[in-house]
Amino acid sequence: MAYMHIGKDFVPPDVTGKVTGRIKYAEDYTREGMVYARLLTSPIPHARVIDIDASAALAMEGVFGILTADDVYPDGEPQSTGLKILTNEPTLVGEPILAVAAIDEKTAETAIAAISVTFERLPFVIDPLDSLAEGGPNAYNGGNTFAFREGFIEEKWTTDQVASFRAGNEPTAAAPTELAYGDLDAAFGESAYVYENTFTTAGYPHMSMEPRSAMAYWEDGKLYLHATSQSLTAFADGIAGIIGVAKEDLVFINAATGGGFGQRARAGSVPSAAIPAKLSQKINRPVMMRVTREEEFTIGGARQGFQGWIKLGFRQNGTMAAADLWIVSDNGGKGGGGDAFSATNAISIVYQADAVRLRGVSIGSNTAHRGAQRGPGENQIAAIVSPILDKAADELGIDRLEIRKINTPQNGDEGGVPQRTPFTSAYMPEALEQTAQLFDWAGRQPRRRQRNGSKVTGFGIGQGYHNAGRSGMDGIVMMGPDGRLKIHNGVGNLGTYSYASTSRAAAEALKMPWDSCDIITGRTDLHLPITSPQDGSNSIFTNTRTCWGAAQDMLTKMKEIAASDLGGAPAEYDISNERVHQIANQSVGYTYAQVARRAMELGGKYTGEAELPEDLAEWTQISVSRLAGSGFMGVYHDPAHSGNPPGFTVTACEIELDTETGKFEIIDVVTVAECGTVMHPQGLKNQMVGGVVWGIGLSALERHLYDPQNGLPASTGYWQSKVPTYLDTPARIVSGWVDLPDPENPVGARGIGEPSMGAVSAALNAAISDALGGHIFNATPVTTDMIINHIAGISEDWVPLAQNNFRG
Amino acid sequence: MNPKLTRRRFIKGVIASGAAATTTTMWYAANGQNRPAGYVERLIRINVNGQVRNVDVAPQETLASTLRYKLGLTGTKLGCNRGECGACTVLVDDIATYSCSVLTHSMKNGRIETVEGLESANGDLHPVQQAFVESLSPQCGYCTPGQVMAAVALLRINPNPTREEAQLGMSGNICRCGSYDSYLDGVMRAAEIG
Repeated sequence: MAYMHIGKDFVPPDVTGKVTGRIKYAEDYTREGMVYARLLTSPIPHARVIDIDASAALAMEGVFGILTADDVYPDGEPQSTGLKILTNEPTLVGEPILAVAAIDEKTAETAIAAISVTFERLPFVIDPLDSLAEGGPNAYNGGNTFAFREGFIEEKWTTDQVASFRAGNEPTAAAPTELAYGDLDAAFGESAYVYENTFTTAGYPHMSMEPRSAMAYWEDGKLYLHATSQSLTAFADGIAGIIGVAKEDLVFINAATGGGFGQRARAGSVPSAAIPAKLSQKINRPVMMRVTREEEFTIGGARQGFQGWIKLGFRQNGTMAAADLWIVSDNGGKGGGGDAFSATNAISIVYQADAVRLRGVSIGSNTAHRGAQRGPGENQIAAIVSPILDKAADELGIDRLEIRKINTPQNGDEGGVPQRTPFTSAYMPEALEQTAQLFDWAGRQPRRRQRNGSKVTGFGIGQGYHNAGRSGMDGIVMMGPDGRLKIHNGVGNLGTYSYASTSRAAAEALKMPWDSCDIITGRTDLHLPITSPQDGSNSIFTNTRTCWGAAQDMLTKMKEIAASDLGGAPAEYDISNERVHQIANQSVGYTYAQVARRAMELGGKYTGEAELPEDLAEWTQISVSRLAGSGFMGVYHDPAHSGNPPGFTVTACEIELDTETGKFEIIDVVTVAECGTVMHPQGLKNQMVGGVVWGIGLSALERHLYDPQNGLPASTGYWQSKVPTYLDTPARIVSGWVDLPDPENPVGARGIGEPSMGAVSAALNAAISDALGGHIFNATPVTTDMIINHIAGISEDWVPLAQNNFRG
Repeated sequence: MNPKLTRRRFIKGVIASGAAATTTTMWYAANGQNRPAGYVERLIRINVNGQVRNVDVAPQETLASTLRYKLGLTGTKLGCNRGECGACTVLVDDIATYSCSVLTHSMKNGRIETVEGLESANGDLHPVQQAFVESLSPQCGYCTPGQVMAAVALLRINPNPTREEAQLGMSGNICRCGSYDSYLDGVMRAAEIG
């Protein structure tokens, strides 16, 4: 299909601000009379605050006030998982206890040093398996896990059960969670090759570049909040509830966000934004709370780690017959995360196994709080499964690309545990083939495991998946007497440019030149529709539907107005060159500016004052009511879509692993997206190359560490839980895309942000395994010391299945 | 990074500045005087983007703090404030420098350039900025001003780098979004149009 805008590059309006430094992040704002907040955080991994004596601090010159958990939770803290704004029951080192506002940060810090907090120390635990063992410490008050409708409960295994699991055996304990489909016993019975082992994946922090600083002030009864967020209206909708301000009284300002990666999509993950808001309300001054890198580590969240057991069965023809998993998920200090479910779902979807089962439990540890991190679950398991798939291929005498083709999902297939949902479309076979061609998979195979001095060549190929689309959100477009199209977009600006590329669906629907369009975004008092949070790779699918729908509503109204004024039926009109005109006689029609003026004269449904769609979200209703009467309006509520819109990726890479040092170099990497119609090639390419970097981090570098004696984090900086740098990344990355439309989206598009990483971690771990003759580490990351110890034949000196500290 | 500005020199600078301030404070004490109201510890002049700026600087104040909070040049970002990420990169005498890790007091004779000083007087983007726009190098953009300054420094020393040289030259700057490939596209494009 020939599009004006879809599939074409453009310059997103915020890019110039990014290269000039003019675009503002939360900490870049100031306000007259602004004072500064600093945090007193818990020095203890698990404690209860007995007493706070802030009298000396409050008597200091330049100190304006203090905010404690008692202030923000006058009826008591919620007894549930999740980060609190402030707490008297810290369950990790660094959790905010109170905040002090002062004339400057130095004074605030001095005041905090003068505050006496009496803590009752409570038992703490770093490794979930240590908590699971009978008699082991619980990370939370009241238990080590959280059960729906039950609250905190204890989940315990016998010491022997934990020891047996650590020794590499299938857990024997009853699983609180069990999800399954198919006949596992029969499927394993049909298997010609069965692999079974325990595995670990490490937790590690999101480490967004922008710390979650926030500034707030109240004016005329409204709260103005500058904060960092992946989402815009979805975040505002949630933070209003956390702060306790009416939605119509909150102005959330968030023109740009310095990274999110899942941890800033929802307000519940950034409750710290409420601290300056509450403090400002209390002391009646604007409050800036700058957050340090160390604080960002502590309250910025982390990926869930897995302590798992996996059993995969393959038939002689290479089909995956069965997948059986037992996963202990690390819920960290504040709970959160459904990674194990997502991981199992991904196995069902990517490899189309006939029988799949997940048994699992989430156990707390007094470490970073956990939540969604880029492909939560799918990406960890991709790195674990891929080397096993290669082992099966080698054992069965099947090429490693071929075994993936044999098991590939495709159009008409379904997947998921326990419900198997049909795909809206699936072109994974095309992505596999395209990758193989771009990489020259077949041509490279003769060099497989070839040695050159101390170096050995390894190849890997991997697949990634994430659900990539939602529905049920709202869209608003406006047009004034100048005929310009104003696309109101509530999508957050976290660096994907999806706020802009989804807006182009509206321009496309109205055949509007891009330079005649304005994207209205960045602050909620510009009256924006509700969107789904910008997580789960959903924005492109979800919000092209809403932008397209709102523009279609405007188009319908244009035709109605033109037909009513100029004769004929609406169906006899079309649009071109910013005019609505009769199809038979194009000279009969209105320019967009004229039809907008007529709409404003007519009012009613044409200006948002009547006949609004049913089921508009409350947030959208507020925005529409404030826009009503001010211009020609298109407004839309998106109905539910049918099926699972997948984002698929395939990556192939070649590495050269030095057997003397344990280091490897990525020689080549090719990564291909299957995400429906491509909306914005440069933006897609950025997601793919970013996915490569993140995949390298998961596979080889990133893991946080905690001191088991005191529960202190030992990796609060970029170089400790090491984020990949330029020098860890190939100088050239080849990316491509399949570009076939999805029928459930008006322009055929789906998302891709998360699976772009999973395929890379899968390919890289497979390549490391390949270079080592098929050795499977069953772990992420696979670090240099692990590789060199394996080559040297030195037995690993860490506690098996250890989490948050590999030496246990 | 500026080889002259090591962690050791930074720490020595903090100590020296503190000593100077202490000496001044002791002078007041020795003369039986309290610090006068509005007491200025150090009013210094620094050259930022071709302009001499008078600025009141605390002894331990870093250049990043001065730029952001005294001079309002918020294009310079603080990602870690501990010399790890490069988001605060500025040029000091043409050399890429972590502004979080140098003291403003040590800049009195330096020629400081920030991202705000790159555009021409008529508003044209610097070739690096233009190339980064064309290549859509930024993602979230938080590291971008630092990446821009690192690229400007690199291209002044080596106007036609290979991609691998550019990779090495930019390696002091982290991009958590992982946009390295697109930044390298931008550096190579800047070399073409610069």
